Amino acid sequence: MFHYLGNPNRARVLPGFGITMGYTVLYLSVIVLLPLSALLLKSAGLGWERLWQTISHPRVLASFKLTFGAATIAATINALFGLIVAWTLTRYKFPGKRLMDAMIDLPFAMPTAVSGIALTAVYAPRGWIGQYLEPLGLKVAYTPLGITLALVFIGLPFVVRTLQPALADLDQEIEEAAASLGASRLQTFWRVIVPTILPALLTGFALALARAIGEYGSVIFISSNLPMKTEIASLLIISKLDQYDVAGATAIAAAMLAISFGMLLAINAVQHFVARRAEGGA
Amino acid sequence: MEAVDGSPIWQATAWTGSAPTVRGATEDSRWLQRLLIGLSVGFLTLMLFAPLAAVFVEAFKKGPGAYFASFRDPYAWSAIRLTLLTAAVAVPANLAFGLAASWAIAKFHFRGKALLITLIDLPFAVAPVVSGLIYVLVFGMNGWFGAWLARYDVQVIFAVPGVILATMFVTFPFIARELIPLMTEQGTEEEQAAISLGANGWQTFFRVTLPNVKWALLYGVILTSARAMGEFGAVSVVSGHLRGRTNTVPLHVETLYNEYNFVAAFAVASLLAMIALATLALKTAVEWRKERELAEAARGPC
Repeated sequence: MFHYLGNPNRARVLPGFGITMGYTVLYLSVIVLLPLSALLLKSAGLGWERLWQTISHPRVLASFKLTFGAATIAATINALFGLIVAWTLTRYKFPGKRLMDAMIDLPFAMPTAVSGIALTAVYAPRGWIGQYLEPLGLKVAYTPLGITLALVFIGLPFVVRTLQPALADLDQEIEEAAASLGASRLQTFWRVIVPTILPALLTGFALALARAIGEYGSVIFISSNLPMKTEIASLLIISKLDQYDVAGATAIAAAMLAISFGMLLAINAVQHFVARRAEGGA
Repeated sequence: MEAVDGSPIWQATAWTGSAPTVRGATEDSRWLQRLLIGLSVGFLTLMLFAPLAAVFVEAFKKGPGAYFASFRDPYAWSAIRLTLLTAAVAVPANLAFGLAASWAIAKFHFRGKALLITLIDLPFAVAPVVSGLIYVLVFGMNGWFGAWLARYDVQVIFAVPGVILATMFVTFPFIARELIPLMTEQGTEEEQAAISLGANGWQTFFRVTLPNVKWALLYGVILTSARAMGEFGAVSVVSGHLRGRTNTVPLHVETLYNEYNFVAAFAVASLLAMIALATLALKTAVEWRKERELAEAARGPC
């Protein structure tokens, strides 16, 4: 089984392409592609009218507004604080830095249900931090604010981890050149550093956003899950399934996928534009 | 601040020696450093450290006696057994896939490679609840194979197979994602040398390829295990929350929490948190090792 396409330096002598490739495609098809195509075909089978009827229901629209709104705000907060954290971790030296660096991945490694009850314990009205926020009129847990907070928690590693290599790769000589030409540190940051890392920042934003849109476990504990108010799209899918309304659940899931796909496509386009501009003109 | 003789400025500042007022052109002022470090530490304390500490504090709120009593519940043990069983199936399955996929993708050229990698990443982009839903559409009562499975009295949804399948889907890309970039970077020269010296495919794989990727592989396996044991959204859809039968550990945490049995909920959750911390510790260890190897390689001859 010598598959040979193109490069003569590779692929000729090594065995096992046929069997590993075959197994890869088979396993991928059974576990991923078959079930995903079920979603596509089933939602297509519903027809536009049925799809639209489900999605245009006020309760569904409210959950979409909440899910996509909170996810966008959370990803924006993550972009800002993620940049600060990544900058601190790549540029500065301070005690506890390695521990901080290692802990960035906690939201990724921690089961979402655990994150959910832990955040609720901290931000509930009588929780550790919540008790100090409530007298200020800030109710976090059981409100859209709490949902946003959980989504910030979930998305944090994505922004930091995509920014870190970009910041580490920054050519310091360019910054030096900018400084020697009389640019202030702030000018250098906005005119030299930000354009260079913007593609990475956008990637991190997109990853955090995508993760936040689909998040379920950490949200449902800190949210009061009230229809029209604090019910996210994922939870609505579950409640449709609990009522044996598989078609309704499928319609919501398909719409959710379509919207997030569209958002990611738009971000990709922006990213492409930014990368081209960064390459094109100095 | 200019370097007079054209040498890089960082060298120029190094010459001026210990004068504390001199700062490199790419260095932030002391107050800005303090501000940004303060913001980072504050943000991470509120977002990461406080919730993590809360898990253990809440679990031990009524003392170690109550903490350990939480594990005397037979439902907790059946949840732990189911979670271990799920991981014991999902992790080796995704390990075999990850090894096969990374061998095919990293060591050979073929058309459609980028598409294949994108497809492998797909489960990562699908919302957890939707990941569960798609299996309901295939194996549920009114799903594609629902009637057929019912005829043979096989239940997938609201049963253990569904839990395992959904977990396999959610943890599908992790090992492949760890291995593919690393193995691509390493190229095929060592394997080709082994083959030309007379080693067969398996010998080459086990003696050359595997030792080269062992740390990334180990991390991939640990991450997959942690995620398999912790998956909530997808499993929540397919499990049916049957106590003692289809409740995994995270679902058991939810059940306890919803019954206001907070100490037990956090006690069981603390097990999962410890697995997460062990994952992070291992990841850090692997990274440090890699750094040290790189540093040693840089210091050595050639």
